[in-house]
Amino acid sequence: MTSVLRLFRDIASESYNDEGYASNTSLEQIDVEAIVCNIYRRFEHKAAIDPSLPKLIRKAHCNVLKDWLMHLPGNYSCLDASRPWLIYWILHSLWLLKKLPDAETLSKVVNFLKQCQHKDGGYGGGPMQHSHLGTTYAAVNALSIIGTDEAYDSIDRSSLQTFLWTLRDVDGSFALHNGGEQDIRGAYCAASVAKITNIYTEALFDKTAEWVISCQTYEGGFAGCPGMEAHGGYAFCGLACLALLDRTQLCDIDALLRWSVNRQMRLEGGFQGRTNKLVDGCYSFWQGGIFPIISAILAKDNKELIETVLFNQGALQEYIIVCCQSPEGGLIDKPGKPRDIYHTCYTLSGLSVAQHGTGTGESLVIGASETELNRVHPLHNIAPHMVYNAVHYFIRHPPPVKDDN
Amino acid sequence: MSDCGDSDAGWIFYKDRPDWNDIKPVPEDDGITPVVVIAHSEKFEDVYDYFRAILQKDEKSQRALELTKDAVELNSANYTVWQYRRELLKELGTDLRSELDYVESVIKISPKNYQVWHHRRVLVEWLQDPSQELDLTAEALLHDPKNYHAWQHRQWAIKSFRLYDKEIEFVDSLLSDDVRNNSAWNQRYFVHNNHTGWSDMNVQREICYTLEKIKFVKNNESAWNYLRGILLHDKRGINGNGVVTAFCEELYKNRCRSPFLLAFIIDVCEEAIKKNETNGFHNVERAKELCTALATKYDKIREKYWMYLRDRFEMYVCVNGENSQ
Ligand SMILES: [Zn+2]
Repeated sequence: MTSVLRLFRDIASESYNDEGYASNTSLEQIDVEAIVCNIYRRFEHKAAIDPSLPKLIRKAHCNVLKDWLMHLPGNYSCLDASRPWLIYWILHSLWLLKKLPDAETLSKVVNFLKQCQHKDGGYGGGPMQHSHLGTTYAAVNALSIIGTDEAYDSIDRSSLQTFLWTLRDVDGSFALHNGGEQDIRGAYCAASVAKITNIYTEALFDKTAEWVISCQTYEGGFAGCPGMEAHGGYAFCGLACLALLDRTQLCDIDALLRWSVNRQMRLEGGFQGRTNKLVDGCYSFWQGGIFPIISAILAKDNKELIETVLFNQGALQEYIIVCCQSPEGGLIDKPGKPRDIYHTCYTLSGLSVAQHGTGTGESLVIGASETELNRVHPLHNIAPHMVYNAVHYFIRHPPPVKDDN
Repeated sequence: MSDCGDSDAGWIFYKDRPDWNDIKPVPEDDGITPVVVIAHSEKFEDVYDYFRAILQKDEKSQRALELTKDAVELNSANYTVWQYRRELLKELGTDLRSELDYVESVIKISPKNYQVWHHRRVLVEWLQDPSQELDLTAEALLHDPKNYHAWQHRQWAIKSFRLYDKEIEFVDSLLSDDVRNNSAWNQRYFVHNNHTGWSDMNVQREICYTLEKIKFVKNNESAWNYLRGILLHDKRGINGNGVVTAFCEELYKNRCRSPFLLAFIIDVCEEAIKKNETNGFHNVERAKELCTALATKYDKIREKYWMYLRDRFEMYVCVNGENSQ
């Protein structure tokens, strides 16, 4: 299916009306719109004389990602406790771009992740760091992307299950690490990891779905914990967790859908993370990724919906390709922001969702056909076949000690 | 990404400190095939080599406590360092009041970091003293009125220690600064939901408050979402409150076409249909018309969604054989 770009004239006509009452929110929104509008205007001129536009500068992205996989500049010291995350973001981005590194490099990654695995189960942010659920999720996803027996066998699943038990609270919620904070990311990461590695048990997730649903807010999205504001990242975690636990019937889907569709910005085309906040490339996935899950739920009553996602796929792709690419490679939050690995991963993941929707219908690609990315599994954000392969490997190879709680 | 700054003159490396010469530094062991290798500064390497040594030995000492400060300064997101620091505080019986001041100073530098706020929370729990938390979070929210971490900490303190008394005033002042601050609207809901309760009188008072705000900024999604939120607690439902429906029809008549107004009227229609309470204003045809208007004119970015809702209303007609005016 081909899609037409929005006309600059139509984009510009969507600009913010502050109704004569300026406030911080409206002033910041108007600033961003001015910058984005300018980019769309210049883009329309360029595209008129260059039929290859809009295009994804694949080579630049692949090159910088491959560099990052080996070496990072000193300003990444702040992510020294997130190294498995860096690996997952990089490998997943490269896979989306259809350029996974060779087997030798991937084997190096497996070795390194072994160094991050803690003897008491799970993975830390680096060698000799305590285990953390976020970095454990990232490591398991990265190893599933690598997908070799060596990668699968490097995970100590018995101790991983023990680790998950130590983080679980009686109310079904999960802390991110021992002695650490507890929020909806914990529940999602635990469910994702347990499902993929086949260490999931009913007892381990008893009441988790009920706890997660207590985070759905009056706006319809999910918050990090009960009472807080609905937020894109947490909404993805909440819905994906319920889907992994097969408990989406607890969710007010109409309210979630209303909230989610309203996060798409009328002028920019990208998503904001919360009501009245600014557009940001990473929410392309956190918000965009919610839609295929919603479609699957709604399709239980109306089969046609499995082929569509209810957001504007074209406008999101425009925002990502026109406004979020750094010319030197890597993707960004919004124009004017520096590139980073996190935004590269989630902006590309969102682009993939925008192109493939639920994955069952035809794809819709803005720009040249080489812009098309690989497809993702909406619950784990790695390739669907990678999830399948890992799950089936782990079913064939049960962990030495089975949970008997 | 914040600058992990480490450019202070007069800094002495741990490896050059006589009082640390009994410790053998432990370099990071990335294995034989390192990847994602960060080009840390020499200072970073040095501090963390010694941190790993202390951690490995499980040394609980004053100098270890000082070392964790240096480690935090280089990377305040290192949860292992914070966790170890908490173990040290307990073991050494350190004055937790000075620790509160310390973490406050780190929060001021890194206000959007999970670890610093969590550390603060644990300290307040240990001390059972929330007396500074409202001021601390108010200060953080002054710089960034939508800082999620600050709001989360504030909610935790309020809920755990019943500090609801002046919270509505605080919310009011934030909303008068910026009526579009959704975090402040959410906090308003939090106070009513956990403290004031949803008595009929309170619901009506909140409705009036919200309609007043919508009157002067009609395009403010936060206020409309809040309105829908409080109507969840109105026994008459979203379509049964005459004040609200009259307000909306008045706006519509005065040519307001804010997508949030139109969307709200659609919700009123939907509930009226479900409850068999349709009337000249709120019925299937009106809902379908509004969906079309939104899809084609007032909210084009959400065309697919509005057409989906329109189709759903179509199905109501089929299923219920509904007669609309
Ligand atoms: Zn972002």
